Amino acid sequence: MNVVVCVKQIPDPAAPPALDPGTKNLERSGKLILDDSDAYGVEMALQLVDTAGGGEVTLVSMAPNGETSGLRTALAMGAAKAILISDDALAGTDALGTAKVLAAAIKRAEPNLILAATESSDGYTGTTPVQIAELLGLPSVTFAKKVEITGDSVKVERQTEAGYDEVESPLPAVVTVTAGVVEPRYPSFKGIMAAKSKPVETLTAADLGIDASQVGAAGARQEITDVAAAEARASGEVVVDEGDAHERVIQFLEQLKVL
Amino acid sequence: MSIDKIWVLAEVADGKPITTSLELISHARSLAGTVEAVAYGDATGAIAGTLGEYGATSVHDVGDLGGALPGVPVAAAIAAAVEAGNGPDAILFPATYDGRDIAGRLSAKLDRPVLTNVVGLTAADGGLTTQHAIFGGAQIASARFTGEGPGIFVIRAKSFPAEASGGGPAEVVAAPAPDTGATNAARIVARHVEERTGPKLDEADVVVSGGRGLGEKDQYALIEELATLLHGAAGASRAIVDAGWVPYSHQVGQTGKTVKPTVYLACGISGATQHLVGMKNSKNIVAINKDQDAPIFSVADLGVVGDVHKVLPKLIEALKARS
Repeated sequence: MNVVVCVKQIPDPAAPPALDPGTKNLERSGKLILDDSDAYGVEMALQLVDTAGGGEVTLVSMAPNGETSGLRTALAMGAAKAILISDDALAGTDALGTAKVLAAAIKRAEPNLILAATESSDGYTGTTPVQIAELLGLPSVTFAKKVEITGDSVKVERQTEAGYDEVESPLPAVVTVTAGVVEPRYPSFKGIMAAKSKPVETLTAADLGIDASQVGAAGARQEITDVAAAEARASGEVVVDEGDAHERVIQFLEQLKVL
Repeated sequence: MSIDKIWVLAEVADGKPITTSLELISHARSLAGTVEAVAYGDATGAIAGTLGEYGATSVHDVGDLGGALPGVPVAAAIAAAVEAGNGPDAILFPATYDGRDIAGRLSAKLDRPVLTNVVGLTAADGGLTTQHAIFGGAQIASARFTGEGPGIFVIRAKSFPAEASGGGPAEVVAAPAPDTGATNAARIVARHVEERTGPKLDEADVVVSGGRGLGEKDQYALIEELATLLHGAAGASRAIVDAGWVPYSHQVGQTGKTVKPTVYLACGISGATQHLVGMKNSKNIVAINKDQDAPIFSVADLGVVGDVHKVLPKLIEALKARS
């Protein structure tokens, strides 16, 4: 059972986000960390491989400046190796371009299953995994809250508006997992040490046979034309609770005729 | 490129087109002369009637999907129409589980980019310009496609009002999906509906949401009790959904539901960007949080600096005494 997990290395969400003044793309030149949302996919992959009794977890990621710190976190959790696509020609690549790059890298790993988060915590586009599935000609099941492998198929509980659906798909397939699907482990000290010597294969777009015109800002075919401050919502009255604040809340609800 | 014809994905739930699809059809009328719907499962009868009433002149019916997830077959049906030269200039998808799947698949199939998380769509320079709320809604980014159409847009709920135009039933046109082979192999084998009491989260007049400040899972009962007393729905921040305290279906925010109730009560929620995007357009916001510097207070009409474990029980008590 070989599983590829698509992971994204993103600017630390604790730091204030910024836009590149020229391209108006999200500023990604600083230090990047493993997207929290991806820890669930990594954990799920490790558990599935463990249950299957063999195989390994390969990470696939695209990032500027050969960034690997987020990958090391996932390797420290227990992934066996990583493929990193890093290339100046990829700056400004949109979701579809990213999917083309990741799909080409995934093909090399020949996995039985491809896992990803439902969306990243910085861009929130949320379409890359299904675009990868379409490019690879594979079925996909998004928004999984439970994943089980039985023989050559995957059984998924997929989140719906009303509850959930049980979905079955033959392998290989692309599955996106929701946060909370499993409890991600913390990397152990031993894991962190081991991660330092795990293989990270660094590739360029050309290594994957991808034409430079398909990716990067030129291949994006979409542009941000303007960024402006939104109409600010004025903050209102603030009361400090001294045991009677609930009365003010009730009064407020009465004014709105909710009560 | 001028925008003459727009297609809107009409998702159907409980035998009716979902509200977001009706919002998109309503808004599309102001952008293009011809608005048509795409539907699957069952697009006949009352559904074609409702789609027509909101302004769709016809509905391209992909038909029964035989238990397949909609992503692959519906994208293939739309792509076939585009490749045959009968396609629209833009296709609008509601930001739902299936809407996003279909849009993503279609984007890869047609080799066209997709703009997601759209909250505004306007006509400009013969094309369409989108608006996106970024950084928790503090800023609005505008974007547009620079390449060949059709443009693919995934639009968040409640971005536009749904307004009937009084049109007759939409004409149903069969648009069967071509064979997509093994790609279309995922099958729904069973459906589970979670029991819900009270109004739907995204339709309720009052929403009471809880966050990490509740301290522990059992305390969410306070949120549910208060929501019931106010005839509202119970929501949650991503933090406590990720922690497994409440199901994902309760999540309000970027990744969850967008709500615009008459009153939104945020209890023990700090107001992370992720959360603000889903609720900051509520008509009135009440926030209860013990940290007076919490960002939630910057959008609250009434902010209570206090401990939810003290304020909520008293509020519940007082409401019970009234009824």
